[in-house]
Amino acid sequence: MAKIYNIPPELQKLQERVEKIAKDYGLDCYRTVFQMCDNDAINTLAARGGFPQRYPHWQFGMNYNQFHNQSKYGWGKIYEMVINNDPCYAYLLNTNSMMDQKLVMAHVMGHNDFFKNNDWFAPTDKDMMNTMATHATKITKYMKKYGQDRVESFIDSVLSLENLVSVSELFETPELKRSRKENNERLQKNINKTKLKIHDEALKEILKNDKKVKKEEGVSLNKIKKPTADVLGFLAKNAPLETWESDIVSMIRAEAYYYIPQGMTKIMNEGWASFWHSEIMTKHLLEGSDEVFAFANTHASVMYMPEQGFNPYKIGLEIFRDIKERWDKGRFGPEYMMCDDLYEKDNWDTGAGLGMEKIFQVRKIYNDVGFINEFFTKELCEKQKMFVYKTDPSTGRVYKDSSDFPKIKESLLNQLANGGNPIIKAVDSNFNNAGELLLVHTHHGVGLDDKYIKATLESLYRIWKRPIHLETKDSSGKKIVHKHIPKK
Amino acid sequence: MPEIEIPRFKFGFDQKNGGVGQGDGDKAGQGKKAGNKEGDKALEAEFTTEELAELLGEELGLPKIEPKGANNIKKKVVRYDTLGTTGPDSLKNLKKTLLNSIKRQIASGEYDPKNPKFLPRKKDFRYRSFTEHYEYDSAATVFYVMDVSGSMGETQKEMARSASFWINTWLKANYKDINIRYIIHDSTAKEVDEKTFFSTKESGGTLISSAYKLLKNIITSEDIRDNIYIFQYSDGDNWGSEDDKACVEILKDFLLKVSNLFGYSQTVSRFGSGNFGKVLKNIKHDDLIIENINSRSDIIKSIKGLLGSGK
Repeated sequence: MAKIYNIPPELQKLQERVEKIAKDYGLDCYRTVFQMCDNDAINTLAARGGFPQRYPHWQFGMNYNQFHNQSKYGWGKIYEMVINNDPCYAYLLNTNSMMDQKLVMAHVMGHNDFFKNNDWFAPTDKDMMNTMATHATKITKYMKKYGQDRVESFIDSVLSLENLVSVSELFETPELKRSRKENNERLQKNINKTKLKIHDEALKEILKNDKKVKKEEGVSLNKIKKPTADVLGFLAKNAPLETWESDIVSMIRAEAYYYIPQGMTKIMNEGWASFWHSEIMTKHLLEGSDEVFAFANTHASVMYMPEQGFNPYKIGLEIFRDIKERWDKGRFGPEYMMCDDLYEKDNWDTGAGLGMEKIFQVRKIYNDVGFINEFFTKELCEKQKMFVYKTDPSTGRVYKDSSDFPKIKESLLNQLANGGNPIIKAVDSNFNNAGELLLVHTHHGVGLDDKYIKATLESLYRIWKRPIHLETKDSSGKKIVHKHIPKK
Repeated sequence: MPEIEIPRFKFGFDQKNGGVGQGDGDKAGQGKKAGNKEGDKALEAEFTTEELAELLGEELGLPKIEPKGANNIKKKVVRYDTLGTTGPDSLKNLKKTLLNSIKRQIASGEYDPKNPKFLPRKKDFRYRSFTEHYEYDSAATVFYVMDVSGSMGETQKEMARSASFWINTWLKANYKDINIRYIIHDSTAKEVDEKTFFSTKESGGTLISSAYKLLKNIITSEDIRDNIYIFQYSDGDNWGSEDDKACVEILKDFLLKVSNLFGYSQTVSRFGSGNFGKVLKNIKHDDLIIENINSRSDIIKSIKGLLGSGK
């Protein structure tokens, strides 16, 4: 049985201590609600993206199974989870040692401050706990009304388009306002329709008129004025959907937008939290040699960087530390950049002491792309011994390709651009003058995975209900169009 | 780990972009694979026996069993499935009330669709109301009879065992309470436990009537009035036509009368004549079902045959 309960008094005292220390450093947090979970509860929460209530869907069960097996066989353990919400919820694993709990609490302070102060998080729903619960209630209701299989398979189709959202949409408040207004009008219309329906029913019973009123169904022929990468939003508004269906699209879209900033700031967010846990732990909380050793051990395993992989905790932490050092020593600006003397450069220290101020500024205005672009320097790259690896297609053997700094940076930035998702825009909703939908993939050198194209187009078709066209380029840069036209 | 992927537009695996790693890099790829190729996927599933029974029922198109035994417990239940004109406010059915109100208004010509007014009168009100139903809790007793004479080999027993697993699963899903008894026989019959039933190897002649007599004895002496199911597994080899006659007599006079279903499955044996199956075929009774199991693949077919009648 999964259990969640309040933290015991000694941890409450610890929380007060950690919060005090964090505040003294200038961290500005939402109120934090720590909760204690057993292993099963934390797996369940992790499977549901951190929220106790999500709509019923098989993917959460599958996720749970994976987390469960992971912890069962000791492949991975979740120490903690933090939710971007006001108040900020944080879950602690009840089998953590006291040292672990200290570390995790300090780490949570970092995340909490980041959620509150990073500008990219500003438009996120700060009452997401409730919003998620509302979504769960609504979708459960729809399932009761329209059948679980029907609703669940519709959700499958929508989830398959979950990444067709646009970051810029997050900040287009007037647009969002308008769409909310339109949605409300639509709902109002439907309420009116229901009123009329009762009247119709009564009439029908009286007149025994069995002529069926044919429902008006058809594709909206609204031309797209401006191509939009917010394909989900476009579909919610324009696809021929029933009210419950477009409601589900809107809900899943809202959830996707909620998670976007977390995807955009993974390196920074984890780096920031790691920076603060190590700062707070080493300077304030560690007591006795046992704890120092245990901390070093846990910290090292969190910072572990696999040879063919990328640990955002590690890179983020190193960059933040590097920034702090550079601004503390005044290693920035034209004078430093222009300096040719390597010896002088190595020992450059103007005693500027601006490090703290700079990292707080960075955590406020950057996201991962900017963060890497601006602060991932050649010096840092060499210090961290980073490299680009490739896979030999014939043998599947992985080899080190290059330690060349520009290549490494380019590869990193490519992974981060648009949250690692291809940019696909809805361009024409009346393609071929037949209400067909045309999507265009903006190609930046990496093609789409053929394996998924067909199934995803089918998902789109189930929502748009007219043929779908997807324009992209193949590996040689030639334009190709994938189509989904169902057989009659 | 098993995983179902939701299809999404993703970047393809591009040779140009391996990724970024860290470290000396000299060890990279010593016999290791990149990990961005698709792994082998297998589906792992856990079922409860209820779900298994449901799957079996769906797959074979088995009808739900209608219990007929006397030992059904009658139980009164109340269901809210009708509407009444009186009742407490909390059970008010607003939609029907409204509907009645509008119907009355339309009929009396008061109704104006452009300016609808919902003014229900007392007689328009409808309340959810209950009716009493009777439900039966049913119980079943299942007898498995197996010929363990020298002519029944291991394979035959194995087939009987698989078949009995599925039959039990299905019956358990249909009855609240199920009691399983096992009888083995060669020239004499005795009741045994499950383990013995599937592992005994006796030798000697075969008198099927001995088992039937024992069945009759058990049913009458214990006064079993449940839904009775009898499943017999035999190679169809019986000792002489005398005994065949005795069997038919007991079947007709007693066993077929008290049981819901008498399923006779005949397995092929090395030396059996399979004559007993033919004898039974001549009886022609609705509750007597005869199946031949020649190979493993026949098991599922035989289950459909045995349970497909919904008895």
